[in-house]
Amino acid sequence: MNGESKPKKNEQIALLVTCLSDLFRPQIAHATVELIEKLGYRVDVPAQTCCGQPAYNAGEEDKTRMLAENMIRIFEPYRYVVGSSGSCVATIKEHYPRLFREGTSEYEQCMKFAQKTYELSTFLVDFIQVNLEKKPLFDKQPVRITYHDSCSGLRELGIRSQPRKLLRDRLGIDISEISNSEVCCGFGGLFCVKYPEISTRMVDNKIEGIEHVEADVLLGGDLGCLMNIAGRLRRVGSKTRVYHYAELLTETVPGPAIGYQE
Amino acid sequence: MQVQSKNFRKTAKKALLDADLRVAMGRAEGGFVDTRKLVVEELDNFQEYREFARDTKNHVLAHLDYYLTKFESNVQASGGQVHWASNGEEVNRIVVDICKRPEIKKITKGKSMVSEEFALNAGLEAADFQVIETDLGEYIIQLANETPSHIIAPAVHKTKQAVTDLFDEYHREAGYPRVVERLDIVNQARQVLRDHFCTADVGITGGNFLIADTGSIALITNEGNGDLTANLPKIHIVVTSIEKVIPDMQALGGFLRLLGRSATGQIMSVYTTLFNGPKRIDDLDGPEEFHVVLVDNGRSEILGTQFQDILRCIKCGACMNHCPVYTNIGGHAYGWVYPGPMGSVLTPLMVGQKNAPDLPYACTLNGRCKTVCPVMIPLPDLLRKHRNNLVEMGESKRFQRWGMWVWAQVARNPRLYFLMTSLYVRKLNVLARLLLVFRRGSFKHIPMLGAWTSTRDFPVPSTATFQGQWKKRKRSE
Repeated sequence: MNGESKPKKNEQIALLVTCLSDLFRPQIAHATVELIEKLGYRVDVPAQTCCGQPAYNAGEEDKTRMLAENMIRIFEPYRYVVGSSGSCVATIKEHYPRLFREGTSEYEQCMKFAQKTYELSTFLVDFIQVNLEKKPLFDKQPVRITYHDSCSGLRELGIRSQPRKLLRDRLGIDISEISNSEVCCGFGGLFCVKYPEISTRMVDNKIEGIEHVEADVLLGGDLGCLMNIAGRLRRVGSKTRVYHYAELLTETVPGPAIGYQE
Repeated sequence: MQVQSKNFRKTAKKALLDADLRVAMGRAEGGFVDTRKLVVEELDNFQEYREFARDTKNHVLAHLDYYLTKFESNVQASGGQVHWASNGEEVNRIVVDICKRPEIKKITKGKSMVSEEFALNAGLEAADFQVIETDLGEYIIQLANETPSHIIAPAVHKTKQAVTDLFDEYHREAGYPRVVERLDIVNQARQVLRDHFCTADVGITGGNFLIADTGSIALITNEGNGDLTANLPKIHIVVTSIEKVIPDMQALGGFLRLLGRSATGQIMSVYTTLFNGPKRIDDLDGPEEFHVVLVDNGRSEILGTQFQDILRCIKCGACMNHCPVYTNIGGHAYGWVYPGPMGSVLTPLMVGQKNAPDLPYACTLNGRCKTVCPVMIPLPDLLRKHRNNLVEMGESKRFQRWGMWVWAQVARNPRLYFLMTSLYVRKLNVLARLLLVFRRGSFKHIPMLGAWTSTRDFPVPSTATFQGQWKKRKRSE
């Protein structure tokens, strides 16, 4: 069965790039590829588009179904699919099956896709059960790192301990937890531009938490939220830098943070 | 209550600037959320109770006619009268008719959100009755001439200072001093209300659960005002809605374990009272007449639709306490009786989607409400269904629909998508150089994206998309 037993060495794994990473933060996708390749698997990146999450949350079910069929077809040849965004993976695993009628062949195809698709940290920790080798982090130590638990990943996929374990294994660090790590940052897809004032207040609350622990770095697993938080941090003149957690797990010292060029 | 939901945007924006509201809501959020967590974790099978409650409510909703008529005949058997009201006007007429007697002047009222749906107080006042709200929060907002902003903590938006001023204004004439400390404020309200309790001719309360098996009404409160309202006057009228019926006492036990914990973080509320008809011959006290008004007001139309799950709601308020939108803008912005997630689902159903166009969208779909709901209502999914309906009805914003269409046409074709996204990041790069922010790494402003960039920077993308970079890597291998 697709995606149920662990992949063998050299097995091909398809990367779910996710559009925001494709457009604004290729580093995340590169990091994901590096992590998977280092485990001895081959990564393939079939030409792909968007999972349809924005349309789905806007109530555009027909357009979402069309895009879902597209994605199911694109990833059909692969036994495993790994993506580095909780909300995109949750769209595929939790919401795609609601778009098709049970018992139809489309539904069967969709369930197969849902089953074989993994979010990166759940793939590494829950499925492959990897123990990453320890490496030094930034040149300058010590760095205080905090974490934002993006809502979809947290509540729809149960992602909370997995990225923390990876970071602990790899960097030997424990997260300086903020009290509101599980509260929405105010991104919410179209919400942030539909209700910018409310969204800004929400991200300001998040930043209050970040400032309280005096974090140098904020990590998370969903680029939408990270762009929102990073954008606001930068606007209010904060020194806190924002990265996707995968970017800190690679061999190289991470480059400029989200929204920085140097 | 007049529907103001169309003004959501405006009132929400105003609420964000209200410093007092921020203080009041901040305190409430912490209190409700933390205490709930403690008492929920203490019960090792909380989830089992949630499933029990969900299943029980689903069962009752599937056989609502059976349980309601059973409830009716059992109320009648214990000497009470049952009145059916299909809408708010009918409720007001029924209650006014019951009260229309020369000796009846003053009506005390326990907390009832259902009665807010059709402004029962205003209806009674128009018929020349004096109505006194006896729940402390309700009393406060009655003085302030406001509406509840939370379904269990109606005055949650008020600071202590605001209450001090309000009491001073209304109680001074009767010789009461200005009170500043929390305990003094409560004591003064207690004294003022005590007089009303003893002189009221009719008491109106709501009901949390209607027990079909026994014809009992369960009322769950913390202040004791419900019991004084119900038992001291000669007439007790319960105004409640049809979806609150449950089969039996055993079911009540389950719901009680959930309600207090979810609502206020209490293992049990201070008062749990069962009302069973009027005073019996051997009883020392109690009302001489006992009326139950069963309100539909649009609920039966939700039955059997894709929104039926919302009828499970036991009005605990946990969803709003955990909602990051509600806790920042408060309840009034939602513009009708029920705010927060459950309100955003219910209001469009009860007042019409066109009258509450923002509510289904005023949510980030973060799902926190769903995880705390004691009857497991999939709130974000129901909000998404509202959005689906708005799209299907052609009620979503034209700009949004058009944008979605263009984007979907691009996204259904990987080659077109690749071209367009590559072009897009290149354009953004050119723009970044023109605006001299390329080395900075972030835009401070992007035309057409002001809603983002007015308060947040936007990252300058790399010169090529990931898929573009990947193609290059593959070619060089």
